[in-house]
Amino acid sequence: MRTLLYFSIGILFGITMFKSEAASWFRIYEMFQFNAFHMYGIIGSALFCGAIITFLLKKFKVNSVVDGEPIVIPNKESGWKRYLFGGIFFGFGWAISGACPGPMFTVLGAGFLPIVVVIAAATLGTFCYGLLQKRLPH
Amino acid sequence: MIEFLLQPWPWYFSGPMIAFVLFLLLWTGKSFGMSSNLRTLCAAMGAGKNLSFFQFDWKAQRWNLVVATGAVLGGFIAANFLSTSTAVAISPATILQLNEMGILDAGQSYMPEKLFGLNAFGSVKSIFLLSLGGFFVGFGARYAGGCTSGHAISGLSNFQLPSLIAVIGFFVGGLIVNHFILPILL
Repeated sequence: MRTLLYFSIGILFGITMFKSEAASWFRIYEMFQFNAFHMYGIIGSALFCGAIITFLLKKFKVNSVVDGEPIVIPNKESGWKRYLFGGIFFGFGWAISGACPGPMFTVLGAGFLPIVVVIAAATLGTFCYGLLQKRLPH
Repeated sequence: MIEFLLQPWPWYFSGPMIAFVLFLLLWTGKSFGMSSNLRTLCAAMGAGKNLSFFQFDWKAQRWNLVVATGAVLGGFIAANFLSTSTAVAISPATILQLNEMGILDAGQSYMPEKLFGLNAFGSVKSIFLLSLGGFFVGFGARYAGGCTSGHAISGLSNFQLPSLIAVIGFFVGGLIVNHFILPILL
């Protein structure tokens, strides 16, 4: 039952990523060229609605609809190095592959098979972070 | 309504839909963060044997793998049943620029054939670019503790300063590569 619930949410997410064109390499390229408002409109309006949703869930201390437990929205650990350096690495990859970790899966379903190379490399990149974690500034 | 959904979705519909997905995940007691799946995959494949970063109860994260699997099906449904055309109408300036860089299907397709067509498997350059891009996405997302969904949407919606720093990083890295490296690499 729960599997079906999260599977449905995933389907909705996948459809949204494809139809919004946020999963398109072209849209990401265009975004970094500042040649269209499209991606900024998507992120901005998602944030606007997301901030209201997050605020209301916290203010009214809403419980999870699944198990009645309080909804916890954890704060990120403080610091800046890991966020800035990690973010820059992520940006390198985002600009080249045009794919972030959500849309990757959508692109696979849409039938652009070479994305499996991106997914495999991203998994390897994640593994390498685990390998180097203790030596990197955080 | 159906006619509207079959067209590419405008930003003012897409953004709220993403926020709705965020809402559904929070409301069901989870969080919106897709790159965590890559860590879960590593752990599921046994990376926890030697590395403490992958020693966690990955089975508790199976719900998120289910979300990602749903996203695959969602992409299939959207591309095959919910689109009259999948050409992405990027701006004429971008089309011109990409044409000059040898991406001739800009404005006519969803993804550049050069990188995401089946012939890409036979091109050393394409495989190199896809691998390089993917590697940085995976490495950077975990180093930064999240990606576009975890930081740019979830984190900023919760007014987290670390997420703002991460998103600034995304754009610093993205702008450098887009403007100075891609023209050489493509």
